[in-house]
Amino acid sequence: MNLSDFTLSAYIPSLSGGLLIGLAAAMFVLLNGRIAGISGILGGLLQADKGDKIWRVLFLLGMVAAPFVYRMAFTLPAVTIEAGTVQLIIAGLLVGIGTRYASGCTSGHGVCGISRGSIRSVAATLTFMMAGFITVYLTRHLLGL
Amino acid sequence: MLNMNAFFVGLLFALGLIISGMTDPAKVIAFLDLAGDWNPALAFVMGGAILIGASAFTIAKKRQRSLLGAPMQLPAATQLDKRLVLGSLVFGIGWGIAGFCPGPAIVSAAAGQPKAWIFVAAMLAGMALYSIIEQREK
Repeated sequence: MNLSDFTLSAYIPSLSGGLLIGLAAAMFVLLNGRIAGISGILGGLLQADKGDKIWRVLFLLGMVAAPFVYRMAFTLPAVTIEAGTVQLIIAGLLVGIGTRYASGCTSGHGVCGISRGSIRSVAATLTFMMAGFITVYLTRHLLGL
Repeated sequence: MLNMNAFFVGLLFALGLIISGMTDPAKVIAFLDLAGDWNPALAFVMGGAILIGASAFTIAKKRQRSLLGAPMQLPAATQLDKRLVLGSLVFGIGWGIAGFCPGPAIVSAAAGQPKAWIFVAAMLAGMALYSIIEQREK
């Protein structure tokens, strides 16, 4: 990053989106008494012994509806997915297994857990970020993928 | 009411992801790429979310029931164990490879990105594998 390019205004969308995510997490815990953690909500659907499926399905349907709602007023931001099919499959498997063993992902640990002041979530977030930094360093700068 | 709110919260959460730009894996990888053209956007997203989240959880922690009368279901675990650390490590590697974590992947898949479908399918397989292993160990 070139420091002279650093203007705070460029991050207003990031900050506003973040505030909205925080508001959603706040509403979920205050009204439903639950953590808005995506991997936990999704993973709970795949566990036979979990009886509470309806709110999980509805939460996910709300997420799926978002791009359609957004498109009614705006154009969706451009998305660049550089990973190839094999990388996507490996990455997906790792994210699926890892988030379930860790009991959370960027939302459950990174947003809700840190907001809650949970040491476990701080540790999880530092760990997955560190792993992400190292992985990108290896793939981008050492292996040149 | 609880179910309706779950839908609304899912919608709001995902709209936040779209507005923040985090549904674009290139932006996530740009945050993780400390040695490259580093983009701090993800830190602003998390900072904004935690700013609101922290006040809500401060209130939530003092309550037994939610404002709608549902039991307050906050995680009770406090131990840093192997599952937490190794799981997060594995997740972080996958996150770094594709630039997707679960929320943005679902939204990108819903927006019609075929590559996100592949990622989500593999992620579901990974989660199902976890459930099968856990079931066997019980």
